[in-house]
Amino acid sequence: MEKYLLDYNWTVMAPELTILVAAALLTVIDLLMKKETDRRILGWMGIMAVATAGAFTLWRVGKPPYEILSDTYRVDDFALAFKLILLAGTALVLLAFLREIRKEGEHVGGEYIYLLLTALLGGMILTSSADLITLFVGLELLSLSSYVLACIRRKRLPSNEAAWKYFITGSVSSAFILYGMSFVYGLSGTTNLYMAQKRLYEAFNSGYESFVLLSLFLMLLGFGFKVASAPFHMWVPDVYQGAPTPVTAFLAVVSKTAAFAFVLRVLLVTYLFLYETGPWQDVVGPALLVLSAVSMVVGNTGALRQSQTKRLMAYSSVAHAGYLLVPLAVISGGMLFESTVYYLMAYLLMTLGAFTVLNVVEQDGKTGDVAAFAGLSRRNPLLAVAMTVFLVSLAGIPVTAGFFGKFYILIHAITGQTFWIAAVMVITTVISYFYYFKIIRMMYFRPSSKGRFAIPFGAVAVILVSLTGTIFFGLFPQWTLDFIGQLDWVSTLSPVGTQHQ
Amino acid sequence: MMENVLNMLPTWLAFSPLLGAMLLLLVPQKRTGWLKRLGILATFPPLVLALLLYGTFHSGMDSVQFEHRLQWFEIPLSGGASWELTYHMGVDGLSMPLVVMATVVATLAAFASTYIQKRQKEYFLFFLILEMGMLGVFLAQNLFLFFLFFEITLVSLYFLIGIWGFVHRERAANQFLLYNGLGSAFLLISLVGLLVLFGTLDFNQLQELSDHPRTKGVLSQSPLKEIVWGIFLSMVVAFGIKLPIFPFHRWMLKVHTEAPPAVVMVHSGVLLKMGAYGLIRFGVQLFPDQMRTIATTLAVLGLVNILYGAVLAFVQQDLKRVLAYASISHMGIILFGVASANVSGLTGAVFQAVSHGLISAVLFFFIASLVDRAGTTEIGKLGGMARSAPVLTGVFLAGGLALLGLPGMSGFVSEFLVFVGLFQQEPALAAVGILGLVLTAAYTLRAVLATGFGPLKSRLSDITDIKPSEAAPMLMLLAFILLIGVYPDVLGEPIKATMQMIASRIGG
Repeated sequence: MEKYLLDYNWTVMAPELTILVAAALLTVIDLLMKKETDRRILGWMGIMAVATAGAFTLWRVGKPPYEILSDTYRVDDFALAFKLILLAGTALVLLAFLREIRKEGEHVGGEYIYLLLTALLGGMILTSSADLITLFVGLELLSLSSYVLACIRRKRLPSNEAAWKYFITGSVSSAFILYGMSFVYGLSGTTNLYMAQKRLYEAFNSGYESFVLLSLFLMLLGFGFKVASAPFHMWVPDVYQGAPTPVTAFLAVVSKTAAFAFVLRVLLVTYLFLYETGPWQDVVGPALLVLSAVSMVVGNTGALRQSQTKRLMAYSSVAHAGYLLVPLAVISGGMLFESTVYYLMAYLLMTLGAFTVLNVVEQDGKTGDVAAFAGLSRRNPLLAVAMTVFLVSLAGIPVTAGFFGKFYILIHAITGQTFWIAAVMVITTVISYFYYFKIIRMMYFRPSSKGRFAIPFGAVAVILVSLTGTIFFGLFPQWTLDFIGQLDWVSTLSPVGTQHQ
Repeated sequence: MMENVLNMLPTWLAFSPLLGAMLLLLVPQKRTGWLKRLGILATFPPLVLALLLYGTFHSGMDSVQFEHRLQWFEIPLSGGASWELTYHMGVDGLSMPLVVMATVVATLAAFASTYIQKRQKEYFLFFLILEMGMLGVFLAQNLFLFFLFFEITLVSLYFLIGIWGFVHRERAANQFLLYNGLGSAFLLISLVGLLVLFGTLDFNQLQELSDHPRTKGVLSQSPLKEIVWGIFLSMVVAFGIKLPIFPFHRWMLKVHTEAPPAVVMVHSGVLLKMGAYGLIRFGVQLFPDQMRTIATTLAVLGLVNILYGAVLAFVQQDLKRVLAYASISHMGIILFGVASANVSGLTGAVFQAVSHGLISAVLFFFIASLVDRAGTTEIGKLGGMARSAPVLTGVFLAGGLALLGLPGMSGFVSEFLVFVGLFQQEPALAAVGILGLVLTAAYTLRAVLATGFGPLKSRLSDITDIKPSEAAPMLMLLAFILLIGVYPDVLGEPIKATMQMIASRIGG
């Protein structure tokens, strides 16, 4: 039966449409506003839009999967879970850095907000795509917006340098992904992920094994760049340090989450037959394990030598990409989605909390050095306590969400009987204590001549939210476990038609 | 109703230090006098509750008492099943004495904390969180919960060492964090392994499951056999670092010398015993078969600890280091007790844990008062203190005598029990171990004599003798030491049933 555009149930795309409309509207409003006018109102509008989109997303949770636009776009629980994380991340970034919108007399206005929204939109498309074309469009929308965001302080040299490096490496990685996709298309003649699965399987069985694997590894290469995993991490420290802190926070949380949604979707939908036929256990699994182990080792040891807080956080982000890869690499553990989503949620809270504190402290200290934290426990005791909780959570020490996330991943890894990766994970975690506690040492052990400073409202709100979340989800994981548990993950693996007709 | 309230006693006990911590938050930073008073007072609720626990404890029972169990969370598995993790507190004959000892030491350490010169408010906050952590460790009946409390002690102690310690405090704090972080990592791995293997982390369920003949059969086959061994060994390493067993002891020396003496009272007195507790609880009780296999190795390690600690304690020039090596030596005795795997040896190990906790506390209380008066603990700079401060020196002498195991004091009872136990299993090792006791007498007397007697050094000439606020806690500790020494049943009776149960599991 031929379907026309209006026959589709467009409400499933309400979150994306909300963001799209908001981004467009804000662009226009920004143009019409006087140059001197305070752009913070746009920030609030952006937050409202994200919140609305979040409400739409929540409303959709638990409903059967739906495919729209000739099966290129797919709304299922998998996509919704990731979208919620993306939306929450963006909302918190917007809220935390409202003050950033006008700073240093520079004209950093509305574009900051609507670029964040378009990047978010790209991420959302990425999570929902059932087609290589849509996937790539989402990926590029996210990436291009991020490149511009990285150099949003046009007159600052480091910001430009960061954007330039990010652009080059990002483009190369996109090219790799595209090249990989072209092999998929070449072998299967389709861009639909589910169709591709069937046809790749046939191609695999008729002598094209190496091409199937080649396409997968090309995409993995590009993916390695996007999630900031070692050995594709060279851009991370420079970009994290050079980009404005809000953008860094966005890259660390939202981009990474979107990239994980991408790889989970592509690998699990298109290449899952490799698991049944064998090469997954022989090639793909080990490759992912190595990627993960190298990220953990490189991230956690690289961070030891850093004295710039943002560089330190960059290496920490590499390490966390390593932890996040463990569930996928040990696919037989049985808690792949659950542990990944839980960890991403915990990671969102603690990372954004840490970046928010970092931002206010660095602005007060006018330096990006860890020394900016000196004596914080006496200057702003509550801020120091909050930062301690975030760092302890990043280090995976109880009673925090970060600990439970790691615990969950470890359960998955040990159930999957891959003990060595579990060992690498806990040992590098211990190494990570050293640099996370470097900041804590600064805050509590070192004196400072400086006095108390004020924290903007938005930052306070975000710190409070992250702090409550980090502790609450660490103490009472049941709530999240229930939510994640009720989502229908299995349906992700098969096209809509086979289940609901 | 009364029953319910009593069953919640472990919960109240573990979290009671927080009550004082909340009140502390309300006191302004500058009212140091109030902060100190409140900080000391805050350790009384746990003490009172612990004594209540001791009073209402049923001595004849070998199972867990005062059980308080709540659902906490479930990890869903595919197929609708799930692993349930519970909030489960309780106490048995093994943990009860350690809980009481921990609260006593904590209260007296709070008295010793009045020497703290700066940032008293934060100090007492961390101190009380530490107390909560260590009580929780002994009271938890679920391994996950145990681990959480274990980590809380780690973080709070890190701050206590790093902020209020001596000159090299930061290095000590870092080393402490890394070594113990590594220990926690091993513990975490074995914890997850147990969860995956058994689907639960409740102590009694784990025990029941591992006792079940069918499970035993399954677990004795490869590859599960190797996995169980891996879990067991990583637990031994985790607690071996904490105890510490010989090659893992370096961090503990640093903590002994660099942490403020009041914190060392708790560290040496209580926190090291978490290692002993873990070895008995998880080693002997949960993995009796594996434990029996490595018993001889443990005994050898114990011997190394005893002799290495004793010999090095003899040549140290700093009182704190003497006591640090003495701790290593005395933890070797606990290892002997664990390795002997019979009622006498295990009872001795618990006695040694409690007794050494009290003795360490009194000795480091003395160190705290000495640092406050003389500003040094180097033996070369001390001497003749008995003339200027006779009572204080007397306390040190009494603590030293307890340390070397003088009959009539608690140290004697524990060493006696341990050696009786070990002579049945490993007579040769035990015989060599006796040598350690002779060395103990040598280094203890050397330290006491060099400090208290001989020519009076100028920096000690006009120091004040013991103050009532110091005398009361020190004498109280000595009273406990004497009580256990003279009337061991005060401790032996309540733990007897549990020790027999544990020993019967390992076949002793």
